[in-house]
Amino acid sequence: MGKTKLTPEEMSEKLDVIIASHKGEGQKAIMSTLQEAQGVYGYLPLPVQKKVAFALGVSVAEVYGVVSFYSFFTLKPKGDTVFNVCLGTACYVKGSQLLLEKIEENIGVSTGEVTTDGKFSISACRCVGACGLAPVILVNDDVYGRLTPDEIPGIIAKYKEA
Amino acid sequence: MEIFRAHVLVCCGTGCTSSNSPKIMDRFEELLPLHDLEKEIKVVKTGCFGLCAEGPIVVVYPEGVMYYRVSPDDVEEIVSEHLLKGRFVRRLMTLSSEIPSTERMSADDNNFFKKQLRIALRNCGIINPEKIEEYIARDGYQALGKILTEKTDPMAIIAMIKQSGLRGRGGGGFPTGNKWEFAAKVQNDVKYVCCNADEGDPGAFMDRSILEGDPHSVIEAMAIAGYCIGANQGYVYVRAEYPIAVERLKLAISQAREYGLIGTNIFDSGFDFDLDIRLGAGAFVCGEETALMRSIEGKRGNPTPRPPFPAVKGLFGKPTILNNVETFANIPVILNRGAEWFSAIGTEKSKGTKVFALGGKVNNVGLVEIPMGTTVREIVFDIGGGIPNGKAFKAVQTGGPSGGCIPAVLLDTPIDYDNLISVGSMMGSGGMIVMDEDTCMVDIAKFFLEFTVDESCGKCAPCRIGTKRMFELLTKITDGSGSLEDLKSLEGLATALKNGSLCALGQTAANPILSTMHHFRNEYLEHVVDKKCKCHVCKGLTQYYIEPDKCKKCSLCAKKCPVNCISGVIGKESFVIDASKCIKCGACMEACKFGAVVKK
Repeated sequence: MGKTKLTPEEMSEKLDVIIASHKGEGQKAIMSTLQEAQGVYGYLPLPVQKKVAFALGVSVAEVYGVVSFYSFFTLKPKGDTVFNVCLGTACYVKGSQLLLEKIEENIGVSTGEVTTDGKFSISACRCVGACGLAPVILVNDDVYGRLTPDEIPGIIAKYKEA
Repeated sequence: MEIFRAHVLVCCGTGCTSSNSPKIMDRFEELLPLHDLEKEIKVVKTGCFGLCAEGPIVVVYPEGVMYYRVSPDDVEEIVSEHLLKGRFVRRLMTLSSEIPSTERMSADDNNFFKKQLRIALRNCGIINPEKIEEYIARDGYQALGKILTEKTDPMAIIAMIKQSGLRGRGGGGFPTGNKWEFAAKVQNDVKYVCCNADEGDPGAFMDRSILEGDPHSVIEAMAIAGYCIGANQGYVYVRAEYPIAVERLKLAISQAREYGLIGTNIFDSGFDFDLDIRLGAGAFVCGEETALMRSIEGKRGNPTPRPPFPAVKGLFGKPTILNNVETFANIPVILNRGAEWFSAIGTEKSKGTKVFALGGKVNNVGLVEIPMGTTVREIVFDIGGGIPNGKAFKAVQTGGPSGGCIPAVLLDTPIDYDNLISVGSMMGSGGMIVMDEDTCMVDIAKFFLEFTVDESCGKCAPCRIGTKRMFELLTKITDGSGSLEDLKSLEGLATALKNGSLCALGQTAANPILSTMHHFRNEYLEHVVDKKCKCHVCKGLTQYYIEPDKCKKCSLCAKKCPVNCISGVIGKESFVIDASKCIKCGACMEACKFGAVVKK
């Protein structure tokens, strides 16, 4: 999920390179190929899954089975800015659920959804391992810790301006 | 060799990195030359010191002074005062939970470290994990080198591990030596060694810290395991959520290859062993051994029935051993220092130490390694520094979604595998979350069930349907429409799951409910009979109320109310909430400047 947006042609070229490097490796390369492909596209639309299946010599069903099993893989594109709230136990007992509700209220969509303009999406994750900073949210790759719900509007404003 | 008069160690674990420690490193590198100190003082990037709540942490040797919550702006003062003039920066030496003292000098005097014994974490926060030389300098690869050059009988090494009493640190507590022995005795040309670094337990981060702070200890141990069972290939299965750990492990593997410590013909012994990393993709069930192996094979991470056990038929159908990161980190030390040394630590059936990720409502959040047999009280109150804000302790949760809650009356339980099971919890991978009087235990049980519903792979019916039904019952109870009958149903389902599920995820999914029902039955009864949540966590059971004598009749609350259920007359009549219309959003409480809106 790079910062600069690639054109569809550039993405397709990159996918070809990834696929070529795994060609014929079969089932065991499904996960790593998909991980790399998602790194380019930001999600895994069906045409990409088909290409991966064909190159590895496995069925599309097999590939789709893997994509739908693991939460890291997504069939829908995410927003340009992703708010990710940690709902690990340490963050939860310190009130991260309230942070999530506040973000949903401020952005105007629910967890797992993207705003209509495609700018923001909200997701929840299970423990980023920064329990010392609980409760923690991640905005793209930036980590915000020891938060209270009052601080949420200020953080969101920063990304809305940018 | 260059000699430095002082070393500045900067923690670059995930916690401290998140709070800006790379900038602190840069600032030191920038300021030292300005004071002509770059040849006298060395800045070292290290792994986790463990005291994550007080990060970013900087330690200055030879004095061993530990600075807490350092910001890039503090670096100038540390350089000009401590490094240049030898005067400590006292204001950065006090934990936020304690009274400032002028006495304390080094980290060793700190209560957080006093009761700890670091074996698995021996190098974390001491060496630079990105330099193999630093690991070697601390006896790294010595154990591997010795067994390969002396061609020690693999069965003798396995006997030593068995004698040490080491048990799996990932949850099950299976004796490591026995596991290796099974795999060693199976005849097959191809065998595998796998390392489980899919630390999915929310609130547990010990494996990540070991990979970030001391990756070579895992590599060395995996090579030793390979030699013992006759495997030439290893896989480390790491969570994709741990980018720093993955980077450092990759670097460590390439360094070890370069030095000939893994690869072909290691130490001219004729033994080959190589390692690859496989990234997880966010599925908790992949922490289960058979599911993990299916995932490495590129399949959906569904567990498979055992037997056949992986030691007989595991990864790609070949004999495989799988150990957790922390288990592996213990291996080189056991070989270097002997089984007797190791088995002298701990309790009768649980030897050595255990690393816990202490988190939640406790002052010193962080990573602690204690000898088995240390009590829960010592961890929470001595090492953890007690509960913040003067609140009362309620429970400590161990074992994650498979574990349970330990109440205050059991605080003096000595921690080991068997004791934790007897109080209705389990060791798990080592998450330890402290809860205070404000934590609702029914809500916590629901929280864990929501997790298992999400993470159940769906292969077997008891887990797929049972977790969902239990979650629905708990939702009903926390919404205020539960009955005593529901409590009975929960217990019935719990038994069915335990007996009928295919893997440990389902078999233990009911533990959070059973243990909270057992130790905190009152709270369940309050929810079900009195329709009250004393902690005001469960929204369905909480009501907002305006205290008439505190109300200033300003109407701020009424203006904020999204459903217009607050009425009153400005300046004349105090405002009142119509509970039948209230949606419990809390906007009124936030709006009131006088604290007149309260939860009942």
